[in-house]
Amino acid sequence: MFSFIVRRLAVAVPTLLILIILSFMLMFAAPGGPFLSERPPPQQVLDNLNAKYGLDQPYLKQIFDYVVNVVFYFDFGPSFQYRDRTVNDVIAQGFPVTLTYGFWSFVVALIVGIGLGIAAAIKHNTWLDYLAVGVSIGAEMLPNFILAPILLLTFTLALGWLPGGGWNGGEWQYMVMPIIALSTSYMASIARITRASMIEVMNSNFIRTAKAKGLPMRTVIFRHALKPSLLPILSFIGPAFVAMVTGSFVVDSFFSTGGIGVFFVNAAFNRDYAVMMGLTILVGSMTIIFSLIVDILYAWIDPKIRY
Amino acid sequence: MTIRTTLLTGTASALIALAGAAYADGHATHPVTGDALASEQVFTYRVLDDFPSIDPQLIEDVEGSAVARDLFEGLMNEDAQGNVIPGVATGFEVSDDGLVYTFTLRDNAMWSDGVKVTAQHFVDGIRRAADPATASDYAWYLEVTGIVNAGAVTGGDMPVEELGVRAIDDATLEITIDAPRSYFPQTATFPTLFPARLDVIAEHGDNWMDPENIVVNGAYTLSEYTPQERLTRVRNEMYWNNDATILDEVTALIINDENAALTRYFAGELNMTDVPAGQFPRLSEEYPTQAISFPNSCSYYYLFNHVSGPEAIQDVRVRQALSLAVDRGVIVDSVLAGGQREAYTFTHWAIPGWETPDIEIANLTQEERNARAAELMAEAGYGSDNPLELEIIYNTSDSHAAIAVAIGQMWKQTLGVETTLANQEWGTYLDTRGEQNYEIARAGWCADYAEPSTYLDLLTTESSYNDGRYSNAEVDALMQEAKTTEDPLALYQQVETIAAEEAAIIPIYHYASVRMMSENLKNWPTENLLQNWYSRDLYIAASE
Repeated sequence: MFSFIVRRLAVAVPTLLILIILSFMLMFAAPGGPFLSERPPPQQVLDNLNAKYGLDQPYLKQIFDYVVNVVFYFDFGPSFQYRDRTVNDVIAQGFPVTLTYGFWSFVVALIVGIGLGIAAAIKHNTWLDYLAVGVSIGAEMLPNFILAPILLLTFTLALGWLPGGGWNGGEWQYMVMPIIALSTSYMASIARITRASMIEVMNSNFIRTAKAKGLPMRTVIFRHALKPSLLPILSFIGPAFVAMVTGSFVVDSFFSTGGIGVFFVNAAFNRDYAVMMGLTILVGSMTIIFSLIVDILYAWIDPKIRY
Repeated sequence: MTIRTTLLTGTASALIALAGAAYADGHATHPVTGDALASEQVFTYRVLDDFPSIDPQLIEDVEGSAVARDLFEGLMNEDAQGNVIPGVATGFEVSDDGLVYTFTLRDNAMWSDGVKVTAQHFVDGIRRAADPATASDYAWYLEVTGIVNAGAVTGGDMPVEELGVRAIDDATLEITIDAPRSYFPQTATFPTLFPARLDVIAEHGDNWMDPENIVVNGAYTLSEYTPQERLTRVRNEMYWNNDATILDEVTALIINDENAALTRYFAGELNMTDVPAGQFPRLSEEYPTQAISFPNSCSYYYLFNHVSGPEAIQDVRVRQALSLAVDRGVIVDSVLAGGQREAYTFTHWAIPGWETPDIEIANLTQEERNARAAELMAEAGYGSDNPLELEIIYNTSDSHAAIAVAIGQMWKQTLGVETTLANQEWGTYLDTRGEQNYEIARAGWCADYAEPSTYLDLLTTESSYNDGRYSNAEVDALMQEAKTTEDPLALYQQVETIAAEEAAIIPIYHYASVRMMSENLKNWPTENLLQNWYSRDLYIAASE
């Protein structure tokens, strides 16, 4: 196991490097530039800007300098779009926000999703099953850019219970709608996967044996059926967790949470190369770390898997 | 706490606050209008996107400029009608040749740390804007003002000391410009020319604008700034005219989604927000006192590619026909429906002192225009047997798409032109336009100062913003002449007439600002065409 982790981490480094280089190439291949506007500054101003941000250097040198700064100084450079901020500032301010509401969304999606899935599987082909399946299909079909306005109209305008947006240092009232908007479709997927795999496990031989032994239903489900039926969920929740804690453009822009999701998309539109790279690396490394964690969990849950 | 108790305590504290307000407000009325003032002088408005910067010398957007006008004060300010009024300077004198402006600074203007505002701070600010090391996007604005050597300094060919700006003493600032420019005093209200505290900037570097570091000389100071979420400013007690300021707190909420913003407006979280496209007719019917529309100095137009576009559009008859066949009435009344106006000139109709010349096609009915357009097109050799094919590019947006669809349809019906619509993401679109890789492109332009040349300069050969590369020696000569003429109105009108005759561009409509504004928000300067508003002029009236 230990050598497996070391091997995986060793692969992660070149993977990240390739990610950086590919992102750089894509960025420079996109037409336009960070300082272009409807009112393009005169050439001498552009030259000054390019010099200030090192964009007048050859591409290879830019990539090299960038990697050196990131690896040795953990410095992602200044933002091109937000002149008073560095990429480190953007991440330091936005990431805790998305991490907070993303984490809680994940918890909600997991608990509600698995609960719904188990209930549906155990009460297979009863009204409870139909209800659970109906809810999860409905939730999956309802994209968050439609759900978000519905939440806003309901809880802010009609009921007046929750503030319509903002973050306010992470007060719970400000988090409720972002969490619902972000978790709903993940919750639905988790419920469907849990249900399908639970049904399969419940029909397997060892469960039949357990039932035949006369074990109470609760023990059968939680002691024997749950662990194996969670395996397919694991491969889903690794990437889902990363996707959730790195934020959602819809949630950030609709509820003005100030998270990194909105920075990411805006950086692409504004050709803010530095912010785009910084966030790509952040999301990339988190993806690598969490798929590693998922692999380790796999081995723990399923004794058949050996690395 | 349950919701019920929250409601109860909430109601109780509201009642107490109300009672207190009634007591405290017994005498609080606005000195000019006599309106009773609300006890809470808090103004919250929505901005679409985060501020690229709120550093005066780096600011590049309208919303950031509004913040800067609250935090800092320039030599001159604008009143509700856009007239130039004293700011830090009590006034100025102009030399007989119109080249040297001498500003006298008031002696009670202070920075928030108690330092006196001096002429040197203005010199420092202007030099900082021009300095290549600052790399300000808006360094070009100094060239608009005409300050001597601005271009050379920004280009790094001259030291900043060569700029035409100097402090004669603490209270006297002299600015020398390259040619008489009647609009110069107005440029002195622009953030790029605001004073700078180099000592504060040196001490804190890029973080000098953080709330704990910032030193300001405006009516407000920064109390909170959470990027992509909110920016709050509160009163600066050191401001020389603090006694006349009424609003205590001003917050800009950054809300990307205009419908989310509108919902939050109705939930009472905002005093002001934009009306989403197409919703003005409904809202103005339901909320006649809150939905308002007023002119906003920007023009919407289509560019012809005059250098590398298809041969057909190099033919003036084709360009004329395409311009004639655009039914501006339909676009303004049906597509936009927010108080915008049909445009036949590039210059916005509401620019002060501007009189729109008699453009021939403006006086025809649309049937007459269509008939003439069809004739011209046939003369040029295009018709159903030889249909013209054109591509319109525009940056991705619902309203640009709607307009392009409408215009494509008009051209198809009237002229049999086959149009392809190509929407491009903003950065790509700017690149395509700037490199003339298009046939017809959507464009918009907003005034930098309230004078026609802010538009018409774009029609000159040398303008770097002339993305259609229209070029006409007569226009160039007229615009050159206008720079030094006492009253250039006739020259500008001539330029517009030539541009219309040659169909240099297709002016489509002149913008309007369409807002929802709560009834108790008072003194909003709807007559200030450039929408240069100052929080210190606004107030919240007590509800009746």
